[in-house]
Amino acid sequence: MLLRSSEHANCGSRDMSPAKPIQSVSDIDYVKHGLTKEFLLGMLRKMIEIRRFEERVERLFLQEGVLIGPSHLYLGEEAIAAGAIGALNDDDLITSTYRGHGHAIAKGAPMKMLMAELFGKATGTCRGLGGSMHVAIYPEKGSVYATAIVGSGIPIATGVGLALQMEGKRRVAMTFFGDGASNTGAFHEGINLASVWKVPVIFVCENNMYAMSTRADYAVAAESVAARAQGYKMRAVVADGNDAVAVYLAAKEAVGFARNGQGPTLLECMTYKLKGHGVYDKGDYRPKEEIEAWLRRDPISGLEAKLLEARLATPADFEQIEKEVGAEVEESVTFAKSSPVLPFDELPKLVYARQ
Amino acid sequence: MPELTYADALREALREEMLRDSRVVLMGEEIGVFEGVYKVTRGLLKEFGPERVRDTPISEAAIAGAAIGAALAGLKPVAEIMYMDFLPICLDQIATQAAKMHFMSGGKLKVPMVLRTQYSLGRVHGAQHSQFFPSWLFQVPGLKVVLPSTPYDAKGLLKAAIRDEDPVVFIESGVLYRARGVVPDGEYVIPLGQCDIKKKGNDITIVAVSRVVNEALAAAAKLDEQGATAEVIDPRTIQPLDLATILESVRKTGRLIIASDDVKSGGIGSEIAARVVEEAFDSLDAPILRVASPDTPIPFSPPLEQAYMPNAQKIIEAAKKLIG
Repeated sequence: MLLRSSEHANCGSRDMSPAKPIQSVSDIDYVKHGLTKEFLLGMLRKMIEIRRFEERVERLFLQEGVLIGPSHLYLGEEAIAAGAIGALNDDDLITSTYRGHGHAIAKGAPMKMLMAELFGKATGTCRGLGGSMHVAIYPEKGSVYATAIVGSGIPIATGVGLALQMEGKRRVAMTFFGDGASNTGAFHEGINLASVWKVPVIFVCENNMYAMSTRADYAVAAESVAARAQGYKMRAVVADGNDAVAVYLAAKEAVGFARNGQGPTLLECMTYKLKGHGVYDKGDYRPKEEIEAWLRRDPISGLEAKLLEARLATPADFEQIEKEVGAEVEESVTFAKSSPVLPFDELPKLVYARQ
Repeated sequence: MPELTYADALREALREEMLRDSRVVLMGEEIGVFEGVYKVTRGLLKEFGPERVRDTPISEAAIAGAAIGAALAGLKPVAEIMYMDFLPICLDQIATQAAKMHFMSGGKLKVPMVLRTQYSLGRVHGAQHSQFFPSWLFQVPGLKVVLPSTPYDAKGLLKAAIRDEDPVVFIESGVLYRARGVVPDGEYVIPLGQCDIKKKGNDITIVAVSRVVNEALAAAAKLDEQGATAEVIDPRTIQPLDLATILESVRKTGRLIIASDDVKSGGIGSEIAARVVEEAFDSLDAPILRVASPDTPIPFSPPLEQAYMPNAQKIIEAAKKLIG
């Protein structure tokens, strides 16, 4: 079912059109794959949580002007965090990036702490010292790092995997990065070492086709990001990153390999940002037709349609989720706004763990 | 008292800490099968096996990054960067990732790792295998920076660094690996952040770092003969820096020389001089002088390298300017 990148001529950066779904799950046997109604609605709920959170964040920046600084929204990529993290156990570990709001929500960080972090408040996930680009650091739920430097989290994930491998409890690590990161030295060094040591890590490339405004079909000199894994004897899979079920199934298989000591996987998920690189970027350097084509493949409405088609959910289920999530988002804003800022004299105490 | 070389003392520290704590894991280029380019890790692969003594590819960013990730997830890695010249290759991982993790996570993340490296000034290694730039690291809040000058300090400080909960850059001196010194049997740990007064004196304070401590002691012996007693202070760690011990000495002697192998501009001497002026200006009877490397790349030619390096004679000349 899953396609190796080398077997699929049209995947990856050479074809930036979404017209040909890389993997179709329209006739998937949900029962056979253990995909219960409860599980699928849970995955949908995570995606809706991310979508509504990010839309609210965007308004807080652009319309209300109460949030400032860099922030990179996960709008349009929700299926990847929900699907890939959905394939993990609670005690598995992830590392995230500056586009990390979605990973944090999917791994179970409380929305109100995420919002408080964006406001720079002491009640945030990083007590207001990290901000949007590090908000996904939430070790309480196994999100052990989020870097703001493109590619730098990849060798770190290799090390997280090494610790889990040596621990011997069959836990795995998963790390997220973009197509742009696959051009950094850290990516190549990190996945090479991961392959040398056969660490239990799933390297999830969220290929949204653009590194800021630079197109992957210009900057990635390979058939795909996944194709690069071949150079490191690493297993690679390409999945439709706008299809949470496809991502989940691909990730589940990769997690299984990692847990069984069969080494790492590079999982490339093809997706597209609904908006630009950062919250202030309109993304208007992208062709209109390309944007429209991807908008027709919205990951949330796509999953909802499949659930309806498979008679696993009703519109009332979706309405209920929307209602609950909407309330949670608003509560998070109220919480963040009313929270205090960390006293400045606390800062020197936080430079070293041992003074 | 038993004597050990600096390299053997370092190995004893690694071995004792590996026996003491199963979370201590070594990784780096040539440290396993080859037993380290300076044989610091001799015998450790045989004793502890390839899981805990891990050879790596030539991938400095991956070595540092993997050490950081392993530290985040419960191990206590000791990573080796073969030459300090290779450290800028992974400076992102050290300065931008590891150093900031505890702070920017609001104190939640801990990175208990040691990055061992060495500088080879004095070993005729040329411009790209001899560099010493501790101030680059000193400028990064969140890192600890250790610079042992004797076998005794090397062992005790490395054990402390491994037990520390923060990222520590442990800078060894390549010319000192074969130097011998007293290392007592049995367990001892030297806390980070304490100067060691290597020699007492009343007339001039010489703060010296790493390899140059021996030069300062040789200079002090000569000065003693000439009737001026020098106090030689080895900071041992420049982050944290035990300024109090330096200030106490300067208040006694009124004169200060800072001697180190880094280039003069923006070096260790610059920082210590500035802090002493801020805190003890009234105690100074003369300008503060720095004996450091000149602001050029390091020359290969052996006589030129010798001329380039700080040494006892240069320290004596500086002292004479101050004492008059």
